[in-house]
Amino acid sequence: MDKEQIQDFIAKRVAKELSQNAVVNLGIGLPTRVGNFVPEGLAVHFQSENGFVGLGPAPATEDIDPNVVNAGGQPVTIMPGGCFFDSAVSFGIIRGGHVDLTVLGALQVDAKGNIANYLIPGKLVPGMGGAMDLLSGAKKVIVAMEHTVKGAPKILKQCNLPLTAAGAVDMIITEMGVIEVTEKGLRLKEINPEYTLEQVQAATEADLIVDDELQKMA
Amino acid sequence: MSKVISIQEAAALIPDGASVMFGGFMANGSAEKIIDALVAKNVKDLTIICNDSGFIDRGVGKLIVNKQCKKLIATHIGLNKETGRQMTAGELEVDLVPQGTLIEQIRAAGYGLGGVLTRTGMGTLIAEGKQTVDVDGVTYLLEKPIRADFAVLCGSVVDKNGNMVYKGSTNNFNNVMATAAETVIVEATELVDIGEINPNHVVTPGIFVDYIVEGASQDI
Repeated sequence: MDKEQIQDFIAKRVAKELSQNAVVNLGIGLPTRVGNFVPEGLAVHFQSENGFVGLGPAPATEDIDPNVVNAGGQPVTIMPGGCFFDSAVSFGIIRGGHVDLTVLGALQVDAKGNIANYLIPGKLVPGMGGAMDLLSGAKKVIVAMEHTVKGAPKILKQCNLPLTAAGAVDMIITEMGVIEVTEKGLRLKEINPEYTLEQVQAATEADLIVDDELQKMA
Repeated sequence: MSKVISIQEAAALIPDGASVMFGGFMANGSAEKIIDALVAKNVKDLTIICNDSGFIDRGVGKLIVNKQCKKLIATHIGLNKETGRQMTAGELEVDLVPQGTLIEQIRAAGYGLGGVLTRTGMGTLIAEGKQTVDVDGVTYLLEKPIRADFAVLCGSVVDKNGNMVYKGSTNNFNNVMATAAETVIVEATELVDIGEINPNHVVTPGIFVDYIVEGASQDI
């Protein structure tokens, strides 16, 4: 798989976690692709933290409304039945537990469900935006990312970058498998049949508990 | 007395060293004309409170590129490289705040509250040195109110009383910031007469607004 295919493969698997009428917030990058794989017949309300629910796809150039952008400042659309609001309402929705699922990328995740994705001291300081609120407020947090970066594990025993949130992650979905964060550690629930268990563990610094009913990821 | 003033009069209100809240989110819903006038006036040493630092050529990013800012309180600076450069070079002090916390700090100031209690940022660098409060067995961070000398906002349709209506996602921080500054200046994308906005459709009450600039017709 090339990079595009890997990202779509991960996004497609994340989309299986969507449920009827769920309020969902997707992070920038790979997580945004989840919107392309919503199962048929499922009504999902995508929330945009700059202030609306009913986030729709990017418009054709001739249909761009400069007043409607996503949290990255890019032109988007609002679906029929959606609504706009201010940032206090938007983060009331997020912090107040009214977002059922958020999907974010990460620089690092660890065995305790800690996540680092907003700061590399001295190198990269973009800021946390809404990520800290999403991680503390959403009912379910899925990290969707490539399993390694330049061959180095991103799923660690313990994050060494500044945390975006402590103990917030529920599930990690990569091109290698589906991992649940449990009190005992990281439980591998599904594996991409293109990889062996040994390969997945080798690419993961944290110890993986292999689920008794390990499934094929598809 | 009319609240409607020229853009030059608006820019003249803001002195060097002022703290200014700017509405807008990645420049969506930001008062571009007033920002241009502040760039032209070259007002210095501003403390800017805004969701982000915009782009180098849009939103408050223009003030940062022009080195008019000594301190920035924001949630995200990743789309304006000049902000990061000035911060690393020690030319600009930057406070990064979680978005939901920043909007609530502004709301607390505007709504007469002593602060907000939030779980956001617990267990991270954000919590360092901050007071925590236990409520029914849950520990929260105490985040204090943030107010400013000025708020510079943008409304899509504004009447001459200052009642504001927003189009699309342009509301973002504008509505809440209207409550939290000594002097509130609004750029009206479209300025209409009193009575033209249905009172039920007003989002930001005009009583918060001190001055209105008609954006579309102004030359800087």
